[in-house]
Amino acid sequence: MPDKRLLALGAALLAACAFFLFWGLKGPTGFILELRATKLAALLLVGAAVGISTVVFQTVTGNRILTPSIMGFDSLFLLVQSLMVLTMGSLGYAMADGPAKFLLDTALMMAASLALFSLLMGRGRGDLHRMILVGVIFGLFFRSMTAFVLRLIDPSEFAVVQQVMFASFGAVDTTQLAMAAALFVPVFAAIWKLAPALDIVALGRDSAIGLGLRHDRLSTVLLLLVAALVAVSTALVGPVSFLGLLVAALAHQLMQTPRHVLLLPAAALISGLVLVIGQGVFERILGLQSTLAVIIEFFGGLLFLYLVLGGRRR
Amino acid sequence: MIAIRNLSHRIGGAPILTDVTLDLPKDGITAIIGPNGAGKSTLMGLMARLLPIQEGKVEVDGLCVTRTRTDLLAKRLAIVTQRVGVASRLRVGDLVGFGRWPHHHGRPRPEDHEAVERALEAFDLVELRDRFLDELSGGQNQRAFIAMGLAQETDWLLLDEPLNNLDMYHARALMARIHALSRAGGRSVVMVVHDINYAAAWADHVVALKDGRLADQGAPRDVLTAPKLSELFGMEIGVEEINGRPTVLHHA
Ligand SMILES: Nc1ncnc2c1ncn2[C@@H]1O[C@H](COP(=O)(O)OP(=O)(O)OP(=O)(O)O)[C@@H](O)[C@H]1O
Ligand SMILES: [Mg+2]
Repeated sequence: MPDKRLLALGAALLAACAFFLFWGLKGPTGFILELRATKLAALLLVGAAVGISTVVFQTVTGNRILTPSIMGFDSLFLLVQSLMVLTMGSLGYAMADGPAKFLLDTALMMAASLALFSLLMGRGRGDLHRMILVGVIFGLFFRSMTAFVLRLIDPSEFAVVQQVMFASFGAVDTTQLAMAAALFVPVFAAIWKLAPALDIVALGRDSAIGLGLRHDRLSTVLLLLVAALVAVSTALVGPVSFLGLLVAALAHQLMQTPRHVLLLPAAALISGLVLVIGQGVFERILGLQSTLAVIIEFFGGLLFLYLVLGGRRR
Repeated sequence: MIAIRNLSHRIGGAPILTDVTLDLPKDGITAIIGPNGAGKSTLMGLMARLLPIQEGKVEVDGLCVTRTRTDLLAKRLAIVTQRVGVASRLRVGDLVGFGRWPHHHGRPRPEDHEAVERALEAFDLVELRDRFLDELSGGQNQRAFIAMGLAQETDWLLLDEPLNNLDMYHARALMARIHALSRAGGRSVVMVVHDINYAAAWADHVVALKDGRLADQGAPRDVLTAPKLSELFGMEIGVEEINGRPTVLHHA
């Protein structure tokens, strides 16, 4: 029997989707619906990718504070984008936008993330202080590199970079979306198959090996899958730094279980819920475009603080 | 039998274990004793393939630990390490349940639930089964991890300082439980003990390590003598015979 909380989340998500699709619908209905459906698909896909990848990442690295984006992943993305603008100029950058650039972005981010993650997995793994330090240092490094590159860019071309600096669900390319979906589905399936093993990974390396798991190999595989998810969602809509943190914390708080068969769907559903409701309210009710990311950053940070401070209660 | 042959281990050039050759007899309790930093945990880690073997060889009932598939070994040998930290928020029942993983790989059967029940009962954990680990006392926590090792139902059970944090009642109950297992249950237990009197009272075989080398091994009455213990720990230690067992007076 499916878990009640998951059912409730699912129902809430369905309602949110209906609101997103049909609220204030007027004019050429078919066209607008198609536009909204594309956007909705992107929100759900990115939501699931961010939620699931963060939960898996935190389980494998054995911490609840670091996420791929806090490790400077989004900053790396910005760095790559601003380097592209610098070398190609804003015109070349705009022209390069398309399937090829999407694939290139994804490949680049995957390679970089593997390098980053392997730093976490070496000696001193499980040492939370060291991991956070590494994460913060890299985040800082990429950010200041980006700031430096931005200074070199012509002011008139700056706007192009600024556009990718915050996540944008405003203009999602359908070809990119299809490619992302084609990549996500097998990755989700692989992670789902490993969900019971993830419960054991969460016990830490020694216990996992003692219980007969090929821990080191499995961790690498899992981090590769995480890298794929993070890379694709970043390439698709840009960085959403605090979303993963927020969603993983909420999923753990709500489910109170070590079982990833429950945690992973919960994270995916909550993530979708946050994005769909957030974007829906912004576009339909407030009539604003593309500032959802700012709000997620704000509330993500706030709620996380609240969870950290209040988390030791029952 | 666990056969250890010419086992040496180095960390960053520093020798941690040097040429240890040793047979741990099947059935019964083997106690490993020695000062802090002697290499006891390292030896356990190597036996249980938690650390890669650099030099030498370890065989568990004829299975080489480096070459045997790790999931097969998990059905032969369970280990409870000295420092276990768990990142996820676990209930005692869940933790002990994970001890059954080697047998069901994520799909628990009725016999797995029974084994978990037995382990919970054995360690007085039935009432605590729905409590979160981070809401337990140190000793309760320790018992939960040992129960998980027990639930694995392997021929070999390796326990690194299982008496840590336990009060007198639970320490003795644990030893009695392990002793019964090693007799009726046909399981072999290897444990690191710091309180020598527990080794004297319950162990069938004692292994003494010092500075990464095998200092001595044999029956408790042969190893736990005043001159040998004084040498091992570098302090004056008196040993008296009480109720026919060597009893170590090291407190004052
Ligand atoms: N990761 C490590 N890096 C460097 N040195 C280590 C490491 N692990 C253990 N050592 C060293 O190896 C030696 C043996 O350690 P080990 O943990 O095996 O001792 P032990 O006999 O279990 O001691 P205790 O009774 O305190 O548990 C110690 O000197 C320790 O400092
Ligand atoms: Mg030790």
